[in-house]
Amino acid sequence: MLEPLQDEFMRRAMIEVTSIGIAGGGLGCWVVLYRLSYAAESLAHSIFPGLVLAALTGLPLIVGGIPGIVAAALAIAAASRIPGVSREVAIGVVVTTLFGLGVLLALSPDSPPGLQEILFGDILGPTDADLAAAAVLTVVVGGGLLLLHGRLLAGGFDPGAARSLGASPGRTEAALLVLLALAIVVAVQGLGNLLVVAVFVGPAAAARQLTERIVPMIALAVAIAVLAGIAGLYLSYYVGTAGGASVALAILAFYLLALPLGRLLSARCEKRTPVEATIG
Amino acid sequence: MRSEPLIEASGLAVGYNGEPVISGVGFSLAPGERMALLGPNGGGKTTLLRALLGELRPLGGELRVQSRCATVPQTERSQLDYPVSALDVAAMGALSRLPWWRRPGRREREGAMEALRKVGLGDLAEETFGKLSGGQRQRVLIARSLVQDARILLLDEPFSGLDRPSSEGLEALVEALAAEGRGVMIATHDLEQARRWDSVLCLNRSQVVVGPPEEVLDLAVLEETYGGAIVELPGSDARAILPPHHH
Repeated sequence: MLEPLQDEFMRRAMIEVTSIGIAGGGLGCWVVLYRLSYAAESLAHSIFPGLVLAALTGLPLIVGGIPGIVAAALAIAAASRIPGVSREVAIGVVVTTLFGLGVLLALSPDSPPGLQEILFGDILGPTDADLAAAAVLTVVVGGGLLLLHGRLLAGGFDPGAARSLGASPGRTEAALLVLLALAIVVAVQGLGNLLVVAVFVGPAAAARQLTERIVPMIALAVAIAVLAGIAGLYLSYYVGTAGGASVALAILAFYLLALPLGRLLSARCEKRTPVEATIG
Repeated sequence: MRSEPLIEASGLAVGYNGEPVISGVGFSLAPGERMALLGPNGGGKTTLLRALLGELRPLGGELRVQSRCATVPQTERSQLDYPVSALDVAAMGALSRLPWWRRPGRREREGAMEALRKVGLGDLAEETFGKLSGGQRQRVLIARSLVQDARILLLDEPFSGLDRPSSEGLEALVEALAAEGRGVMIATHDLEQARRWDSVLCLNRSQVVVGPPEEVLDLAVLEETYGGAIVELPGSDARAILPPHHH
């Protein structure tokens, strides 16, 4: 059980998945509650050309990722202003265009080896810079979520009344998307462009099955994300599967486990406190 | 002594992208007044409520809202699945008094608990919001507006989907809140209820009439407000409004 910890690369990978798990699990709760799963996946795919350009020019991936995600957000905002084009359609068009552009660049004869790491991640080989970026990400996302908690909760519950409650829904959602974009840019290096969304959606969706309160949901989502990350690394170590994919599969396993467990818990809860026919 | 109105509107026009949805709206709401807002779906009730909340700017006319406004909207399906307790929802009313980085703390939650007791839900404070009955959910949202310290309450069809005892309980609560000096405006489709309140405003893109129900509500006014949706009930003098379509 402790054997993998003997290896330096496994210890580093565990630090990486723990950091990404804390940020991804916490942020993911709001992604799920604000129904931003599609936006999260889209943002992750849309930074692909930026990452490929960074890899082609030998720059750190984060340098390509940030302008890539800003360009994607601006293109989505511009496309959704075209009359008759909904936001969902705009996201679909922009994201497939950007992803296609990234694939074109990635398949060019000049592309260096290792581009598949951008697609599938390199969780087992984080550099010192990757670890530092993941640690900073955890602090920034955690701090941001802590400060915004009250506004996020009110805005997600009742966007129509949020303004009269003093929680501008537009600004709150924009702040959430900025945190999400930042988290994706950093986490994509470990989990890959195709799999990164798993850590933002799976643990939170699993936690939602197990509790009906936001704070326990966040705590559970973080725990599941970290545990699934470590479980994925063990799977990768012993079975020899790809690191990022193993983490994504472990997250899925936790979700599948949470489904019946959640039903069981709510059935027991209802048995204990029968629904009263209270007069409203 | 006549107290200052909480809301005053004259020649008010409100809409979206420069196109008015409602126009020619003029009324005032006094402290302690319960005003029914009658009108067909698409007649501009929600647009008027949004203008009163400050979400939409008037395109014309004058609107003066002298006190804090709180809204009690209809429950959305997504809210039933939201991981919050009744107390969490009531405490959201304190946010407007807190700086943006602060969440409701112990003092705010005590205030929210007090508001829940006031609306008769002290025992259910820890219950999940989505598990409450329709009437209880409306009460939680009213408690939230009490925590907001709002003197003007805007209720958007609060009685739809409620059974009779819940509806009567909620109506009694509205009466008690008005008796404390709050102005309450209630969008409704229930004519009989509207007749029991202090005033009625009929709206169908433009204001049809405003005033005490016994003075202004007659068949001609109702036909102008609802068009063909009014039916005479066979064998009686009673009239009913055809049920609205909810999308």
